[in-house]
Amino acid sequence: MSTYAYYPGCSGLGTSREYDTSTRAVCRALGLTLADIPDWSCCGSTPAHTVDHTLSSALAARNLAQAEDLDASALITPCPSCLTNLKMAVHRMRDRDFRDRVNKLLDRPVRRDLPVKSVLQVLVEDVGPEELASRLPDKPLAGLKLAPYYGCIMNRPPEVMQFDDPEHPTAMDRLMLALGADVVPFPLKVECCGASFGVPRKDITARLSGKLLETAMDLGAHAMVTACPLCQMNLDLRQDQAASALGRKFQMPVFYYTQLMAVALRLPQNVIGLNKLCVSPHIAFAAMRKARAEAGRRDPSFSEEVA
Amino acid sequence: MKIGVFICHCGSNIAGTVDTAQVARTALEFPDVAFATDTMYACSEPGQEAIVQAIKDHGLDGVVVSSCTPLMHEPTFRRTVERAGLNRFMFEMANIREHVSWIGKDTEANTRKAAELTRMAVEKLRRNMPLFAKQFEVNKRVLVVGGGVAGIQAALDCADGGREVVLVERESTIGGKMAKLDKTFPTVDCSSCVLGPKMVDVAQHPKITVHALSEIEDVKGFVGNFEIAIRRKAAYVDWAKCTGCGLCMEKCPSRKSLDRFNEGVGTTTAINIPFPQAIPKKAVIDPAFCLKLTKDKCGVCAKICPTQAIDFKQQEALFTEQVGAVIAATGYDLFDISKYGEYGAGKLPDVITGLQYERLLSASGPTGGHVQRPSDGREPKTVVFVQCVGSRDKSVDRPYCSGFCCMYTAKQVILTRDHIPDSTSYVFYMDIRAPGKMYDEFTRRAMEEYGARYVRGRVAMIYPKGDKYVVRGADTLMGTQVEVEADLVVLAAGAEASQGAGKLAEKLRISYDKYGFFLESHPKLRPVETNTAGVYLAGSCQGPKDIPASVAQGSAAAAKVLALFSKDKLENDPMIAAVDIRRCVGCGKCIQVCPFKAIKEVDFRGEPKAEVIETVCQGCGLCTATCPQGAIQLAHFTDNQILAEVNALCLA
Ligand SMILES: Cc1cc2nc3c(=O)[nH]c(=O)nc-3n(C[C@H](O)[C@H](O)[C@H](O)COP(=O)(O)OP(=O)(O)OC[C@H]3O[C@@H](n4cnc5c(N)ncnc54)[C@H](O)[C@@H]3O)c2cc1C
Ligand code: SF4
Repeated sequence: MSTYAYYPGCSGLGTSREYDTSTRAVCRALGLTLADIPDWSCCGSTPAHTVDHTLSSALAARNLAQAEDLDASALITPCPSCLTNLKMAVHRMRDRDFRDRVNKLLDRPVRRDLPVKSVLQVLVEDVGPEELASRLPDKPLAGLKLAPYYGCIMNRPPEVMQFDDPEHPTAMDRLMLALGADVVPFPLKVECCGASFGVPRKDITARLSGKLLETAMDLGAHAMVTACPLCQMNLDLRQDQAASALGRKFQMPVFYYTQLMAVALRLPQNVIGLNKLCVSPHIAFAAMRKARAEAGRRDPSFSEEVA
Repeated sequence: MKIGVFICHCGSNIAGTVDTAQVARTALEFPDVAFATDTMYACSEPGQEAIVQAIKDHGLDGVVVSSCTPLMHEPTFRRTVERAGLNRFMFEMANIREHVSWIGKDTEANTRKAAELTRMAVEKLRRNMPLFAKQFEVNKRVLVVGGGVAGIQAALDCADGGREVVLVERESTIGGKMAKLDKTFPTVDCSSCVLGPKMVDVAQHPKITVHALSEIEDVKGFVGNFEIAIRRKAAYVDWAKCTGCGLCMEKCPSRKSLDRFNEGVGTTTAINIPFPQAIPKKAVIDPAFCLKLTKDKCGVCAKICPTQAIDFKQQEALFTEQVGAVIAATGYDLFDISKYGEYGAGKLPDVITGLQYERLLSASGPTGGHVQRPSDGREPKTVVFVQCVGSRDKSVDRPYCSGFCCMYTAKQVILTRDHIPDSTSYVFYMDIRAPGKMYDEFTRRAMEEYGARYVRGRVAMIYPKGDKYVVRGADTLMGTQVEVEADLVVLAAGAEASQGAGKLAEKLRISYDKYGFFLESHPKLRPVETNTAGVYLAGSCQGPKDIPASVAQGSAAAAKVLALFSKDKLENDPMIAAVDIRRCVGCGKCIQVCPFKAIKEVDFRGEPKAEVIETVCQGCGLCTATCPQGAIQLAHFTDNQILAEVNALCLA
């Protein structure tokens, strides 16, 4: 299979290290070759595009230029925020004048039209849930009930992201089903979690994230599964804040979808990084086992950490 | 030749940026110009009289008016010169308003361009010839396409005026959307009580023939002499035998068929009469659901039909009707609400359209007039109405207002309270558009007497929560977000052009806008005419309209048809093609390109020649551009006249 230029994003080295390690491991296990972009730099993140579109696109585009030597078929990133900045830069640079202005700011101008995709898109389109399911005939996550949460920007705006349904995405659902898990009909898949408002107005983030947790809980989900470092942090780290904002108690494990894939593929626990999660994932696995026992299903063997 | 030139000020419209007096002075130097002046309003009565006077005083042979677009006033000025004794074709018009003063601010350049356009008109006029119209017979039957309330009104008015009417309806019954409505604003009178008698009148009128389940296949001919090919779909029932008794519906075992009349709320039988008051009241088999037609099983209807009307082998039929005029009244369709993914529309069972809600309210609807949720049949206590779904929203390419949804939502709010006294209704709106007579009073009643909570703002999202639906939106007056837990959500789906409207327009050779609504010939002054002679419009095929406006247009279109038919003979437009047989080599290229089949081949002393059928030619000019010999020429637009205009421009 072809090579993908890999952009981990800054959270991948910090707050979402487990997302990065599990992503790399899952890709390797499924035969996707990732090549790190040499000397990659900040994508512009949230601040840049609120100030200047050209400068912000130049920050993102520098990475596109850096990736050109890798002979990759696409540039991929796990982080939806990085994805937005990179894709938006590509989108805006379809306009010649804009492209010229961006290139003028770069030491090394962008020459190729390298497609930018999320890791999720590549796993769904280039590997596919069918292939994944056929590798896991024992349905390792059977019994686990998940609420898949995509966040606000993974699929939107649709004309830029060009992947999945902008209001009712299903990519993660399909991957989780392929692992044997159940997904609840979670209606708030693309709702705002409060995003970076957690810093200036944590009351807002607590309320918005709380609503997501509450809805997942009321639907009987054992855990939530996300694809975004910021969403994961808001949902996982702020459950106490959410609890006091809504007057309810939460104990909802929040996984990265790649972590659950890694669990199902029995990858080593150091790359899965379950110990990095705030709410103990064991609650979810215990519920899964119970559901399985009730259904008279045998337990597949897992690594120690899951057990 | 003596030519008079009149340069119009159009108040300040033209005179503001064109030195009209200077243009008149310049025009005096053009060849054959014997008189030139500027004038305040050429089209006004004194303006026209001045033209008549000048023709008489100066013995003019032709007149040029440089003013606005000829679309509006060319006929006016032609009549003016005729009054003074000239042939109406000894007149030319230069458009120095739309083409000059309205598009440029530089007075000097504008004045120069106005003079140049005037010179072109003068050069053309120098080569004009008096032309005379020929008369032809009028077929005084009229075709009405679409049997909604607008088409019904038009058909009845024409028939009462003594004319034969052919009414073509796509569905198996006439009635259109109004037949599906429960009550109607602003009087809250029962829709079928008002419409039903009119439908019966249509059925019983000796001068009206209804072709239901039919569509227009092709249109040939021209005003006074149209030939309409009509395709009738297979009903699988011989309507000559069907008495509408409905026995077949009682026995049909295929009960899961799509109920089109009830807008998909509930299901119906594969053989079906859509509603008790249907006109014609005839059964139709839906081939997608019929067990006999899909699996060659069953056939129970054929066994029990008392008149042996069932015919599983029935085919479509193609036939023609001859008429002199056409009224298009094809109405509208509803915007597809599933395009709003964030509303779960099309996915969530209790998020429905306003028209579906009408069927839930209607005593003859699938629930017998008991308002019930489609999902579980429960009576809703909290109903949320969302206005402007698929209207006034550029993101779904529907920037226009559908006009009637504010009003029908208010009506539905009132009816909801009448049906379920302990219910609460919420209405999310952008602003209330209620400009008709008694309309604003009506919406106020919904708010003040019926206690509906009107929330000004858009809805962002609708999602299920337990067995309820959370409707989240903005309250822009309070500046907050609001959430309502609803049992039922009714989306006021906007109107869009009826399916296939564009294709029909092309067959009728009328224009339509980018959304598929038919274009009237003038938005203010010719609202029911089109740019094709003999084709008229009525109702919401021209743009969303409520019932009063649709009916008014139906009557207006009928009046136009009756006026047309008051003449025994019509005059053709003499601006048609003519063949110079000395030049014609009989190649037949013109015959191939003519879209109206107006040219035939004749034998002239053993040689083939083209000949124009004068009553059929529409003067489009395709043949003149095609003829390699220059043998076929369009009167009033000959090659010589057009070249003279081009030369005049190059000379300037
Ligand atoms: C939910 C709802 C509630 C409403 N309530 C009210 C109300 O209370 N009061 C009010 O004044 N207005 C109301 N309206 C508006 C009302 O429906 C329209 O004003 C009215 O139906 C317009 O009539 P029409 O004849 O122009 O079009 P339609 O009713 O759409 O009729 C058009 C007819 O033409 C037929 N047709 C279409 N294409 C073809 C074709 N190619 N060949 C042959 N036949 C064709 C159709 O089948 C149909 O029978 C409401 C609308 C909605 C959606
Ligand atoms: S002729 Fe045309 S330009 Fe002149 S006054 Fe009338 S409308 Fe205006």
